[in-house]
Amino acid sequence: MNETAIGWGGLAASLVLIAVAVALSGWQRLHLSRSIVWACTRAAAQLFVVGFALKLVLDPDAPVAWAYVWVVVMVAVAGITIRNRAREVPGIWALGTLAMATVVVVSLAVILGLGMFPAEGRTIVPLAGMMVGNSMTASVLVGRRIVGELGDKRDEVEARLALGHSWPDASRPYVRSALRTALVPQIESTKAVGLVFLPGAMTGLVLAGADAADAVTIQLAIMYLILGSVATSITVIGLGLTRRLFTDDHRLRRVVRSTG
Amino acid sequence: MPSDHAPPHPPVLAFEAVRVVTDDGVELLHGVDAVVRRGRVTVLAGPSGAGKSTLLRLGNRLEVPSAGTVRFHDRDAAELDPRDLRRRVGMVFQRPVVFAGTVRDNLLVADATASEEQMVAALVRVGLDREFLDRTADDLSGGEAQRLCVARALLTRPEVLLMDEPTSALDPVNRRGVEDLARDLAGDGIGVLWVSHDLDQVRRLADDVVVMVDGRNATAEEAARFLAGDADVDGARGEEDP
Repeated sequence: MNETAIGWGGLAASLVLIAVAVALSGWQRLHLSRSIVWACTRAAAQLFVVGFALKLVLDPDAPVAWAYVWVVVMVAVAGITIRNRAREVPGIWALGTLAMATVVVVSLAVILGLGMFPAEGRTIVPLAGMMVGNSMTASVLVGRRIVGELGDKRDEVEARLALGHSWPDASRPYVRSALRTALVPQIESTKAVGLVFLPGAMTGLVLAGADAADAVTIQLAIMYLILGSVATSITVIGLGLTRRLFTDDHRLRRVVRSTG
Repeated sequence: MPSDHAPPHPPVLAFEAVRVVTDDGVELLHGVDAVVRRGRVTVLAGPSGAGKSTLLRLGNRLEVPSAGTVRFHDRDAAELDPRDLRRRVGMVFQRPVVFAGTVRDNLLVADATASEEQMVAALVRVGLDREFLDRTADDLSGGEAQRLCVARALLTRPEVLLMDEPTSALDPVNRRGVEDLARDLAGDGIGVLWVSHDLDQVRRLADDVVVMVDGRNATAEEAARFLAGDADVDGARGEEDP
């Protein structure tokens, strides 16, 4: 065993804190003990399955095409997840999948095209995962915000349309507000990195024994790529969804509002 | 050139047997006819839920008919660019809709190239003045805000103004002021289509009246009863809904 592996004993030790969480839940009568245990069990099952599959994909002798197949599956699952989290947004499954695919294509083109990392399974899979994971949350947020803004401000949008504005002009102030809302958390997170928290990739590299300076440069590059990916994904969702919410003759469709 | 026999108030906007059926199959309008004439105030009257606002929204294509035709100067509105149509058929909503920013910002939404003088002229036309230009639109009273909405619509130089119960949120003084404004605009040659279910207002304002009941044109008998204040037909009141 190398020094970065914790082994079964280490994993079992981490359950001590789960026991604390369960005890606290019982003490405070939160009725969350079963949920905590179920979440931990489910996470373990998922990660063991994923880990087994990853072992095959990340094998240095495995063809790199396996990594790309993994990324395609990741994009499809992300599209479904976005749909599940934003069911009130019309057409979000197709748009979310398109946005995730765009993010992967653009970010991998930059990463591999500019030679930042070699085109291997061990780089393609985790990097694409980080881009998709962060973009997914922003995509859900921007989709819900656009539907909410155009629904809440329907009077204003129609007043603009009634003055002869095209749908892009009539919707611009409200879509812009939604895009800002979705992008600002990532900008704030980028600003706070290092001061408030050490991000995952850097933590992993440091734990794996990498030089701190190397960990910093890799983490910085990843942060920049994530910021770009989030901006790309919300732009795809913003443009596509707004177009979908208007008819060809510049009328605002009846927007379904969330009741949740 | 108009001929000597041209009618003094030619039709500008006409609704011909228009039906509206929603996506879930509910028929809101069952074949309604109405005409708006140049220089006339046509009041679209009827009880709440009669489909008046739906008909009005067909006028500048915020809604489209499922059947029937909306004509603008004898041309099927469906053949016109909706943005051009909407600039020639202005609309004022029930509740004044003002955009963030100043009165000037609001007027520039209607015409980004409008000069200071054009904006002032539009304000004066609706009874406001130059001092309002730099006021924050959100700070205007209900009556001032509704006048601003009319001024904003006028900057697109419309031939028809659709007014959807524009005084329902106003006090009696402002209500009469906006009514007088509508009459003045008609005097300038604009065709006004005004929605109301207030019988007193209908009497004060209308050159022509179209009465609607249950999504259709009222029969002559129903219209007469409605205009006489028969509550069985109309539920009509002297005052509008709050």
